[in-house]
Amino acid sequence: MSSVTQRSGGYRRRRITDKIMTIVAYACTVIAVIPLAAIIFETVRRGLPAWDADFFTGLPSTYGDGGGVSNAIIGSLIIVGIAALMAIPVGVLSGIYLAEYGNNRFGDALRFVADVMTGAPSVVIGIVGYGVFVVATGNNAAIFGSVALAILMLPVITRATEEIIALVPSDLREASLALGVPRWKTILRVVVPTALSGIVTGVILATARAAGETAPLLFTVGTNSFTNLNPFEGAMAALPVVVYTQSAYRGDVLETAWGGALLLLVMVVLLNLTARIIFRGRSIR
Amino acid sequence: MFKKLGKGNKGDKIFQGLTLLLSCILPLTIITIFVILWRQSEISREMFGISFLWDPTWSNGDQVFGALTVIYGTLATSGIAILLAAPVGLGIAAYLAEIASPRINAVMGFIVEILAAIPSIVYGIWGFFVFAPFLRDWVVPPIQATLGWTPIFSGSFALSTVFTASLVLSVMILPTVASISRDVLNAVPNTQREGMLALGATRWETFRTAVLPYARNGVLGAVLLGLGRAVGETIALTYVLGNAQVMFTSLFQQGSSMAQAIASLFGTSTSDVLRSSLLEIGLILFLITFLINVGARLLVAGLGRQPSGINT
Repeated sequence: MSSVTQRSGGYRRRRITDKIMTIVAYACTVIAVIPLAAIIFETVRRGLPAWDADFFTGLPSTYGDGGGVSNAIIGSLIIVGIAALMAIPVGVLSGIYLAEYGNNRFGDALRFVADVMTGAPSVVIGIVGYGVFVVATGNNAAIFGSVALAILMLPVITRATEEIIALVPSDLREASLALGVPRWKTILRVVVPTALSGIVTGVILATARAAGETAPLLFTVGTNSFTNLNPFEGAMAALPVVVYTQSAYRGDVLETAWGGALLLLVMVVLLNLTARIIFRGRSIR
Repeated sequence: MFKKLGKGNKGDKIFQGLTLLLSCILPLTIITIFVILWRQSEISREMFGISFLWDPTWSNGDQVFGALTVIYGTLATSGIAILLAAPVGLGIAAYLAEIASPRINAVMGFIVEILAAIPSIVYGIWGFFVFAPFLRDWVVPPIQATLGWTPIFSGSFALSTVFTASLVLSVMILPTVASISRDVLNAVPNTQREGMLALGATRWETFRTAVLPYARNGVLGAVLLGLGRAVGETIALTYVLGNAQVMFTSLFQQGSSMAQAIASLFGTSTSDVLRSSLLEIGLILFLITFLINVGARLLVAGLGRQPSGINT
């Protein structure tokens, strides 16, 4: 407290300290922007040359020009798509439970568990998936990776849904209930539609995060260099895993890896932008 | 309040039961993960016992594995990363919460979100092919010239080192620390600031004496969440840490972390002992991140209930 009540002689020094600290805060913010700019700049510079027609239609190879990533794009869509199909209904309904019925001990515990699980290391989920599925079946399959990704998405979607639904004004619920509409119908017809843009935002962000994950897929899905459309049998290439394997080489193969990294980066930025626009466009109330 | 209204309605009961049932999936999953890791690490647990935790041996030839080198590598890299990221992250949070205009806030908020959303693999190849050569050419020579005599900066610099890994990690966890600290600072009531400003305090003094003590636990929680992220970080470290299970003494040596060792060695391992050891390391890693996250959540959630340290 002494610094505030000092005599006026200290005023200049206090002003200067204030200025310095303001500059420090500015500097910290600039420090955060530099790596982002560097990552985006370098990924575009090194990845864009790889973006030719072959990149989007060809299959990966570890020699020559490195081929393309068409099978990995399809594979990522299948793996993440199935993961989303599993995680979204469970996550959204869990979120609804927490927001609408979760005002009890179980709700608190579940909330806590979901928060803690958002920080769980993804590689551990990957080896558990291996230990459960690959050991039992002796084979890789896309569906195993989807389960791992779904486990990562589930807590994120649950908490995002709960937070948004909790924001829906209770006037709306009361009005609907007063008209004699049962509670479950009120939730599904009034509360959820009101919060829909927020829920969609949470789902998009969770999906974007899952689509960029490499570690959970390494041992469950594996990778290959052809197009496998069957999610229940055999290895399937996913974009992050192909970037991972291709980057062990040099020259044009490495350039393909950078191209894949750029594709991941573009996807993340676009999904985040979409989520922002949806949320701002039709936010609550 | 509305529970009575719902009584007797079958649809309500079914719906509540359904959501409750689905809510149980998440906790059951976590229990399953623990059980699987425990059972599948049996070989390692029986062979090496509890001393697995502090055994620095890592020998493929003798098939003897201890977790100390990777635990040490994890703690060193994430410790340095959090030491670097915590002050900078808090600085960003202070700028966003106390200084920035709403417009800059929105833009910076988006930038921080993007930084947090960039996949680990992109950080990895950027770290290895761009950032590490930059360090080798521009940052390491002056450090070696001035501090090369100290043991922690001795030796020559390979691209993948503890030093590179710590810096990449600090960049990766910066958005986590910054965005959660910002939320915490924004939750400090404005009356705290107004009271201090009315006494004639400058903005910095207000922040230091009225805002920061109030938000102390929350900021600590944000730092712990960042630490949790650093400890669990995997793929980026497979590029920039070097996969060397040794007790390094210099930051310019290669090392290995728990998550990184699992990712690098699990797929290629043909030995049941190694595979089981890696699963036990996974179990330890899961427990450590679990504890860190529990601590962080308790601190962040505790904010607002009791302002602390105001009268000191």
